[in-house]
Amino acid sequence: MSDLSKVAAPPLSISSNKVCFHGSWIAAAIALLALPYIFSSGGSLTTFSLIGISIIFSLSYNILLGQTGMLSFGHAVYYGLGGFAAIHGMNLIATFKLPVPLPLVPLIGGISGLFFAAIFGWVPTRRSRTAFAMISLGVAELVASSSLILRSFFGGEAGISANRTKLLPVFGWNFGPEVQIYYLVAFWTLLSAIAMYALTRTPFGRMCNAVRDNPERVQFVGYDPHVIRFLAFCFAGFFAGIAGALAAINFEIANAAYLGAAQSGVVLFATYIGGVGYFIGPIIGAIFVTYLSLALSDLTTVWQLYFGLFFIAVVMFAPGGITGLLMKHRPLVRAGTMFTVLRAYLVALVPTLTMIAGLILGIEIVVQHTINAGEDPHTKAFGVHFNAASPLIWLLATALVIGGFVVARAAWRWVAKAWDEALNTAREKGFHA
Amino acid sequence: VLELIVISTLNGVLYGMLLFLMASGLTVIFSMLGVLNFAHASFYMLGAFFGFEISRWFGFWPALLVSPLLAGLIGAAVERYGLRRVHKNGHVAELLYTFGLAFVIEVVVEIIWGKSPVDYRVPRLLDFPAFTIFSTNYPAFKMFMLLVSVAIFLALLIALKKTRVGLIVQAALTHPHMVGHLGHNVDRIFMMVFGVGTALAAVAGVIAGPALQTQSNMAELLGPILFVVVVVGGLGSLRGAFIASLLIGLVQTFAVSMNGSLASIFGPLGLGNTQPLLADIWNVTIAQIAPIIPYLLMVVILLFRPMGLFGTRES
Repeated sequence: MSDLSKVAAPPLSISSNKVCFHGSWIAAAIALLALPYIFSSGGSLTTFSLIGISIIFSLSYNILLGQTGMLSFGHAVYYGLGGFAAIHGMNLIATFKLPVPLPLVPLIGGISGLFFAAIFGWVPTRRSRTAFAMISLGVAELVASSSLILRSFFGGEAGISANRTKLLPVFGWNFGPEVQIYYLVAFWTLLSAIAMYALTRTPFGRMCNAVRDNPERVQFVGYDPHVIRFLAFCFAGFFAGIAGALAAINFEIANAAYLGAAQSGVVLFATYIGGVGYFIGPIIGAIFVTYLSLALSDLTTVWQLYFGLFFIAVVMFAPGGITGLLMKHRPLVRAGTMFTVLRAYLVALVPTLTMIAGLILGIEIVVQHTINAGEDPHTKAFGVHFNAASPLIWLLATALVIGGFVVARAAWRWVAKAWDEALNTAREKGFHA
Repeated sequence: VLELIVISTLNGVLYGMLLFLMASGLTVIFSMLGVLNFAHASFYMLGAFFGFEISRWFGFWPALLVSPLLAGLIGAAVERYGLRRVHKNGHVAELLYTFGLAFVIEVVVEIIWGKSPVDYRVPRLLDFPAFTIFSTNYPAFKMFMLLVSVAIFLALLIALKKTRVGLIVQAALTHPHMVGHLGHNVDRIFMMVFGVGTALAAVAGVIAGPALQTQSNMAELLGPILFVVVVVGGLGSLRGAFIASLLIGLVQTFAVSMNGSLASIFGPLGLGNTQPLLADIWNVTIAQIAPIIPYLLMVVILLFRPMGLFGTRES
């Protein structure tokens, strides 16, 4: 696990960096404030809200995976329970006319996430690595199946709904319009991100990293790895609960899908694709995956297949995720040797894209013959029209895949050579990764 | 009641043996490669669908032979071209690779065979009641399933304990480097073990497909239970996996056939509950909570034995 995530939180250095550091948070805040003025349509605001929720959720997941080295397959449990608590909380507040405004509701979700993480977390966190992953999966299945039995709390298949506008208005906002929800989500996203970043700087955050890298040594120093894992689990549950409550507020409904395996899988995908080694990784992953799933589902019917294949490709070729991949180039950029590598990339990109195009074509032909069997073979995927029944298209797909693969393999070898040379030059100049 | 006990025991042992068919492959792969193959249940599903497709064209018996072979070949390819590559990226990457694979296999099966169950039938030769106990006909196919899984279990046991190959595999479990130094191709052993393990899962799929439902969510339904089995038994322990398989098979089968609830047991005492959440717990029958019993069992056992029943080392 240590090789995955070496620099989850680099030490704070000199004062100029401090200005840069605080500046980036302020810039983020200004960007969040300004976004609705640039993209004001309802659809894009909804997308932004979803992305914000996903960012909190993924960051909370990275407390486990990136910071403490715990691979959980059941993180959606705390997200979902936070969502249900928020819905019940909203209904209670509305019925009893309690003086609690909507912006405080995510806190209800967070506290219930914390509460359930404390209950369910003690047993799984006794173990680490594979055993932890499997036990977290079992606990998740336990809760997900129970949610269908305890109908009065979870509402069965249909779920439970609430009306967010029935709560106390704040400064004249009743949180009906999408833009007000956007600002609510943006506020909590920024607050949670700052809080979770601060958590990585505390001694506790450092002990989490230590447990991830070498639990035995942690024991020698006098800490109990189990307790540290448990505390990290609780923090992760708290922030996941906040994310779930925001989702519940956004949709005004919570159902069993919130805490199911699919939801746990999505947050794992987002976090890992973004990169678990850097704090910003899950943020990028959340933006990327949310946007990708919305965009791909418009383009093709089998977008989940592409999504899964993309994930496998990331695991195989870029285990550091997107941020890890980008950060690998930092010494090259600094040493000024980036150009040769970039040129090699551009050359290798042509056959690689050819191969991918062939693969996509092949998949779409098969889809046309199985899912849409008996329909008009003239079809359209990714905006391209083709006739899935003609043998020519089969030939084309095969040729693209095989030809692309052969050329791409040679090209990537060349890239690897260019990379080694560039990195060596960078090292000689004193720029290390 | 006796009838219920006999039938449930038979079904429970059958279900447990099926679980062990898969758990054994999973355990051996885990001890050798250090990877818990998240896609193991997906190979079970592939086995069932291959079995369905082949038996449609050539009949059940060729399917029983060819389908595990196919699945085993795919498994070996996955190890050779996928896992071996990912290995250098660490354990998390390996587990996530198989996780992604499980996801992709499910989507592919959905694309090819659709989401609804396929019509995978018991072969005509075995479609008769084997015997009748207390007016219940016990189907011959279930006896056949039991026979196949017990036969494979015995064959596996003999192969591991008595043959030369088995000895090498056992040695490679604990001391892969030493086995390599002795001149054995450890990489190839790993690939073979992965292939055989996935083929065993596929056998389970071929014979379970007609009895249970052959559907694109069967991996998703069985996978978590399979992991519960290996965790409860103790990761990497074959004996533990065997006991846990039978335990969970029996417990779940018995739970399904029971109709009692807290209300029916304590109802006469007049402790009626009006609070809705408590009423839910009060009125739920044991049969209804059967799906969560394996997970409850896991939590309870891990509370007292964090390493599982026969687990020894922290892995």
